Order: sequence, then structure tokens, then C-alpha cells
Amino acid sequence: MTDITHDTTDLIEPRRGIVEKGWEWARANLFNSIFNSILTLLITGFIVWLAVPLFNWAVLDATYSAPNDAACKARGGACWAFIADWYKFLLFGRFPEVSRWRPALVILIFVAMMLLSSQARLKGKHLLTMWAGGVVISVALMFGGFLGMPYVETELWNGVPLNLLLTVGGCGLAFPVAIFAALGRRSRMPAIRWLSIAYIELIRGVPLITVLFMATVMVPLFLPTGMTIAKLWRAEVAFTLFFGAYLAEAIRGGLQVIPRGQYEAADALGLGYWRKTWLVILPQALSISIPSLVNTSISAFKDTVLITVVGIFDVLGDVNNAMNAPEWRSAYWEGYSFVALLFFAVCFYMSRYSQRLERSLSRARPGRR
Amino acid sequence: MAVQESAKPQTAGQPMIELRNVNKWYGDFHVLKDINIGVRKGERVVVCGPSGSGKSTMIRCINRLEEHQKGQIFVDGIELTGDVKHVEAIRREVGMVFQQFNLFPHLTVLQNLTLAPIWVRKMPKKDAEELAMQLLARVKIPEQANKYPGQLSGGQQQRVAIARSLCMKPEVMLFDEPTSALDPEMIKEVLDVMVGLAQEGMTMICVTHEMGFARTVADSMIFMDQGQVVEVAPPKEFFANPKSERTKLFLSQILSH
Amino acid sequence: MTVDTRGPIGASTMERVWWREERFRFWAFQIGAVALVAAVLGYLWHNAVVNMERQGIASGLGFLDRESGFEISTTLISYTPANSYGRALLVGLLNTLLVSAIGSVFTTIFGVLLGVARLSSNWLLRQVTRWYVEVFRNTPLLLQLVVWWDLLRISAPGPRQALQILPNIYVSNRGLAFPVAEWHEVYLWMFAAMLVGILATIWVARWARHRQEQTGEQFHTILAGVGLVILLPLAVFLVAGAPLDLDKPALAGFNFKGGTVISPEFAALLFGLIANTSAFVAEIVRSGIQAVSWGQTEAAGALGLRQGQVLRLVVLPQAIRVIIPPMTSEYLSLTKNSSLAVAIGFADFMSIANTELNQTGQAVEVITIAMAVYLTISLLISASMNVYNRYMALVER
Repeated sequence: MTDITHDTTDLIEPRRGIVEKGWEWARANLFNSIFNSILTLLITGFIVWLAVPLFNWAVLDATYSAPNDAACKARGGACWAFIADWYKFLLFGRFPEVSRWRPALVILIFVAMMLLSSQARLKGKHLLTMWAGGVVISVALMFGGFLGMPYVETELWNGVPLNLLLTVGGCGLAFPVAIFAALGRRSRMPAIRWLSIAYIELIRGVPLITVLFMATVMVPLFLPTGMTIAKLWRAEVAFTLFFGAYLAEAIRGGLQVIPRGQYEAADALGLGYWRKTWLVILPQALSISIPSLVNTSISAFKDTVLITVVGIFDVLGDVNNAMNAPEWRSAYWEGYSFVALLFFAVCFYMSRYSQRLERSLSRARPGRR
Repeated sequence: MAVQESAKPQTAGQPMIELRNVNKWYGDFHVLKDINIGVRKGERVVVCGPSGSGKSTMIRCINRLEEHQKGQIFVDGIELTGDVKHVEAIRREVGMVFQQFNLFPHLTVLQNLTLAPIWVRKMPKKDAEELAMQLLARVKIPEQANKYPGQLSGGQQQRVAIARSLCMKPEVMLFDEPTSALDPEMIKEVLDVMVGLAQEGMTMICVTHEMGFARTVADSMIFMDQGQVVEVAPPKEFFANPKSERTKLFLSQILSH
Repeated sequence: MTVDTRGPIGASTMERVWWREERFRFWAFQIGAVALVAAVLGYLWHNAVVNMERQGIASGLGFLDRESGFEISTTLISYTPANSYGRALLVGLLNTLLVSAIGSVFTTIFGVLLGVARLSSNWLLRQVTRWYVEVFRNTPLLLQLVVWWDLLRISAPGPRQALQILPNIYVSNRGLAFPVAEWHEVYLWMFAAMLVGILATIWVARWARHRQEQTGEQFHTILAGVGLVILLPLAVFLVAGAPLDLDKPALAGFNFKGGTVISPEFAALLFGLIANTSAFVAEIVRSGIQAVSWGQTEAAGALGLRQGQVLRLVVLPQAIRVIIPPMTSEYLSLTKNSSLAVAIGFADFMSIANTELNQTGQAVEVITIAMAVYLTISLLISASMNVYNRYMALVER
């Protein structure tokens, strides 16, 4: 998991007052020196060498509907028929067909929440309640067992809704953990500080895979005899512990920026530690750390695919499963493209949003000396 | 050092604020050396001295923003100790205004004022807001109630800070160089508020360089240098006949413009 | 003025109570927290012991001495299935370190090139690198690794139709085959010559700086250094008669014989990690260079420094300070991400630990060992970064 901000602020643009067009622009940007001219030609050649076969494969020679693998491959191009046939399985996995509208609704809810978060001007508290509510409703929808919806066990929660729930649920549950860890790390009490440091550095020093293994394999041993938890919840514990450490570091960054005077003013007014932290310090720290927090959640979303390795089928697991079907054995590029596009769309969108946030937050703090 | 009496007539009983043989060290550095001070109720004390003399440290010890290692501090009869309840009680009685204002940027002016009354004095929100509006009117900026601190000028922010402390109905107000971070044209509006407070009988300890204010308002001038209380006198005497050489040197430096 | 009716001087109207004292709370809270954590951990531990007994799972580290019984395809040290579990873990650890080391080196090179290319004056180059970075940063690493693996394992041609990308280097679905030079005594001398070259370069640099201070004349230290480090070993090589016996891979039957073959899994892991991490490094380098304000470059130019000098003397030293800490983070990331080898079948430390876990069932011991090993590696990398940071700070004084 990486912590850097996805910053793609404006690159170096040639400093000119006039906007060039056509030939002028090409001369200034592509051919402005011998070296660059050669480079432009080489790159164009490379792109053509790569892109033309790709285009042929993906579009011109592609088959959009076919009964099976062999027929699909006949034209030599991409086999989008595979996606057309299997997209429901790729998205929802083994969720009972009859109830597939439920995970579909969950996906829609998440898309809506993401759009609302980034476009509408929702205040902090409302945003939080919206997400919390969205997650609760989604979990309820997945479980079923009320209002005539048949109960579906967590084993069958597959595909994209799983990735979404793991990310948001994991980060959501991790949030209080992260706050306590971040506050603890700045505590003046050595024991508290060392406990926080131990937790944060232990988690950040090991791969997510080990934490997942630990949770799925070791948790049953740690529970009292006879008590069991579904594998999904064990994995969720792993994600919560893992994301918690990284979110804690993001929050700590925000805490460090708050001037001492804020603490002193709150003290002078007679606010105790917890009141002071909740009313004065945390609101400011959290708002400063928002870009970091968003970036951490983007990384979290990508990390949820690791759940395939412990035997729970998210969207990547579904693709692997689908490809085991004998008719579609060689359709892996199509399947992988599907997953790649999905992740790219979400992550790219969210990272642009995070950059916008960062820019607007650094502008909207006037009057700070 | 003997406790210097103020020029006002003696009243029976104890001072509002009392520091006895207070000493403080930052590591090896002895920042407060045997401070003995008494401030009566309603008395206005101005503390001055060169930078590094410990004047800010001294008043910050009074509400436990700094901890003293030796000696005793009493506020309204309560001793300032490690007992959390003592500290809380004292902080309710003592209001502080900072050089850097320290308003809470994420809250509106009104919310800044009502925060402590609601959460510390457990006032109902309506009462707190009423009180806040009264005090905003007193510092002459009631129309700014719903703005954010970042939208106000320095002078306005400091007046809000004063109003915020007053919302807790303190017995004593501490001012730590309240006008030092202000542009010159805004100093007067803040000093006017402080003069108004003094006239209403508020007990005040003020660390400041504003000698004009001191002459008008102070009952007692305390001069500190290198961690010690060097001279205590009413302003007339203090400015006309400073007794110590160090006081004379200091006065010549700051009054020379 | 009101008349005070408080008690005698020296007494407080409020009692001091020991359990409200700051110092007491300080200790009580800490002891309480530690006790709570200890209690929870103890409870979990107790459950684990009971459960393991009931399920007949062995405990303790004795299993490390038992015979492993499984093969490992890529080993840096000698290993057979008759070796112990412990040795197998060691083999895995060496593989992890190998991948991390090679990966870090190439990531740095490629990442820096990408980062600088992002700021090129050529629009096409900027766009190509930008989209490369966006694609590799916004898709999961696991997916990328799986794609590389399939590329090298399934899409690659069979050994008989192997692609020859360079003379004597073949790519097939059995892996990457390339020639290896037979060991010759001369190589030792060449290595010594290179060390001599490095020392000579340091001496020349000192001399050149001294001369510049005295006379103002500049010397091409960098060129001289490169020459020394490369030409000296080359001279030794030639003098000894240029002994180079290549063990070339040649197609024999169904596979290659001779040379070395890197398995598709190893190659996939390596390429995948390099491609992915260098995208992150590119961003770090780019923002590091941009962090040096444009004013610095302008001022340096106004002083008459040439572009190369501006870069070397003004921009890079400042950029490096901003770049190094997140860069180290990326090396850490790369090392941790190498554990994904378990998903593509490469025998790194995690994979072997996983195999042993499945075979012995001793989950607690194996996972604890795994976490401890990765934690140690991480702490070592972080510690070296801290040392470097402190060194840089001192040098600033």
C-alpha cells in the first residue's frame, strides 16, 4: 500500500502568451529540437506498432456474440461474446440468480454515493451519514432474510459488491481504530504511545497477505472453542486492522499541523482532554487530512482483490472461475480487461477528485497566520 | 522578596490571585525565580519587562498552561495543584486572551463563544447564544456572529477572543500580549474593550507593551526581568520614579519613541 | 470590594484528593491500558493453546527440522526435498531478497527516467508517460502480476518457436533463457580493477576540487570517473586474452539446455513489480523536481549557469532531499508486494511459508515467522533511511 498523493498538477508548459495551433504547436511541442524530433518519430512508430494490432484485436476482428470458445476465436480477435455471456457472473459471482437485483442495487448505491460525494456540496456530517447509511443498507440487502428477500449466506457474496463493501466497510470500521491510534501515538503517556507505535509499525511493516492469512487461518484458533466466524468476517477483520494503521498515519499528518495555540485556547476555556479533542482538534485534523484519507481508500479498493488469495471470490476471483469453464478457457484477456477497466475507471475518477479536493482545501484556508 | 502592597486601601482577607515563592525551570534554565505576587479582586495589574523575562510564563502558570515546580499558586482560594478538579475549577474562573487569538477556525464566531458555556458550564444552547450575543454587542461586533474567524480582521478576531473568554463569566482575565500581533490601526479598538472591562471592575493581569494603556488603567505595575519580579509600584510612581536601575533602563528603551 | 472570608493564608478551600492527581492518573491510565491489552492477548493465547491441543496440531518450532519433501524450482543455494523446512524457508527468503534487490535497482532506473520524461518538452513523450503512470497506478498490482504471468506462460510460444529477442536470449513459455559466462579467474581481477577505479575516481575528484579552488580551472571529474571504473577492468580483461566462455542455451529436445533459465513466474513477478512500482517512483521524482521552485532555476540561470549546471548544482540537490524519503517507502512497498508471489506460483518466502503451513498445519508458528521476517526487513530498510536522513541534516549544517 502506498501513501503518496496522486498529484498530477500542471506540468511545465512552455511560457508563451499566444496559443499556437496546428503546425505551430507541433513545431513547438514535438519537433523543437533534433533530439525531440527523433523521439517523436520513434514514439509515434512505437504507438502505431502497438496500437494497430491492438485495435484490430479489440474492435475490428472482435466477436460480439458466439456460442463458444472455438467459434469466438475463429476470427482471431477479442472475444467480447464471453463478456456478454458472463458479465453477470463476473459482476455478481455465485449470488443466487433470482436475487441478483440486490447486488446490482448495491453497486448502484455505491456509484451514486461516489458521485454525490464528488459533485454535490455535502457537508461533513451529512456525507458521513450518507456513507454509513449506504453501507448498512447494502449489507442488509446482501443478507436478505426480511421483506420477502431470501437469505443469502456470506459465502455467496461475490464479485464487485464484495470489493465495494470490503473497501468502504473496512475503512469505515478502521476509522475509529485509526483515530485512537493516531491520538495515542501523540500521547504524552509512554505506554499508550508505544502501544500505538507497535500497532502501526507492525501492520505497516508486513504485507497485507500475511495479515489476511493471519486472520483467516489464525482467528478460528483464537476464538473460544466451538465459536466460528464466516470467512468473510475474518477477512474483514484483517482489512480493518490493516487499513486502520494506514489511515492512522494519514490522520496523524493532520494532527501535526494544528498549532499549539488551539490546544491552549481549549485548555484555557476549561475543556477536558476528550471534549477538546472531539470538538476542537479532530474536526480540524480530519479536514486537513481528507486528501490523504481519500488516497488511502483508493489504495484500499485495489488491495481488496487480494481476498482471492484466501479463497473468497471477488471480481478477480470470478474472472478466474469463469475462465475455468471449458468453453471459455482462453478468454482471459477479455476477462482481465474487464476487471482492469473497472478498477481504472473508479480509481482514476476518485484520484482526480482527491486532487481537486487538495487544491480547494489549500485555497480555502485564508486568515491562518 | 517581600510582597509589595498596592496603593489602594487595604481590605481584609486574601488576594484573588496569589503566587508564593513560585519557581519554574525549563530543564536547567531557571525561568521563574521566587515569584511573590498578590492581586486583589478588582485590581488591574500590568506586567512588563524585556522579552525572555518570564512574564508570559508567569501568567500561563496561573491557569496551568505551564506547570510550576516549586511554590504555591492560589486562585480564589483554590490551590493550583496536580489535582485535576482544582485545575478545572481554576480554569473556569480564569479567562485568557492570547497574542495569536487562537480562535477555532472551523466554527463560526457564535459557535466559538458558545462552545465552552455549553460543554463546560452545561448551559442550554439558547441561553448560551443569548449570552454570546450580549457579549458580542459589548465588544461592538454583533453583526459578525455567523462569520468564520478567517473572514474577520485581526482586531475583530481579538475582540471575539475576549468575548469568548467573557462568556465563561470568569472572575479574573489574563491577557498575554493581546495587541502585539495586531496592525497599529486595530490596537485601539482592542484596548478600548479592555479599558471598558477594567472600568466594570474586572480583575485583570495584563502582559503588554502598551504603556499608554497601563498609565490609564493599571492599579499596579509589575516589572520583571530575567525571571524575577524587580519592581512593583503604582503607575505614577513607576513611570516617574523607577527605583531599580534595570527598570530605568527598560523604561528608557521603550519610552524613547 | 467584598470582604474575604476565606481560611488562613496557605490553605486551599478545595481538598486535594489523591485519585484525582495528575500523576496518579498518568500512571493509572497507562497501567490500566497495558493490563487490558495483556489480558486480551492472554485470553486469545489461551484459546489458541486449547484449540490446538484439541485439534491435535503440534506446536513449537520443532517442525523446522523436519524433512520438507517438496521441490523448489528456483534456488540460490543448494536444496533438495530431503532438506529441512527451515532450509526451505531460507531458500524462499533468499529468493524474496533477490527479487527485491533486482526489482529496486531497475525500478529506480526506470522510475527516474519516467519521472524526468514526464517533464520533457516533448508533448508526445509527456502524454505517453503520463498514461503509463495512470494505468499502472490505478489498477491492482495482483491483476498486473497475473497478466504478466499469463503473458509469459500461456501467450509465450513453446520452446521450439521461442522468440529470440537478443542473440542467445530466448523467451518461451518455459521462461527466459540467457547465456552465462563460465567462471574464470580473470573476473576476480576485473572486480579488483573496478574497486581500484572507484578509489582512483574518489582521489581524482578530490584533486580536481582542490585544483578548482586554487586555480578556478574545472575538470571533467564525472567523465574521468566513468572512464576509470569501466576502462580499468576492461583493460585487465583484454590483457588476459579476453577469456569469455559463454554457456549458451540451445534447444535440445523439448527444452533449453545450457545457460540459465529464469522461470516465467520469476520473470513475471520481477517485470510486474518493476512496471508497477516505477509508475509510483515516476510520480515521486516528478513532484520532487517540481517542488524545487521555478524561482531557483530562474535565479541560477540569471547568474549565468548553463542548464546542465543548474540541474546538477541547484535543482537536483534540493529535489533529492524531497525525493528520498518517499522513495524508500516504495522500496519497502516493493519488498512487501513481492509476497504476492504466492498467487502466481513463484517460490518466494511467502509461497514457501504457505506451503509449509498447509503441510504442517502449524498456522500460528508459520505466520508469526513470516510476519517477523517481513517486519525485520521493513525495519532495516526504514532504519537505513533514518540514518541517511540524519546524515543529510548534518551535512546541511
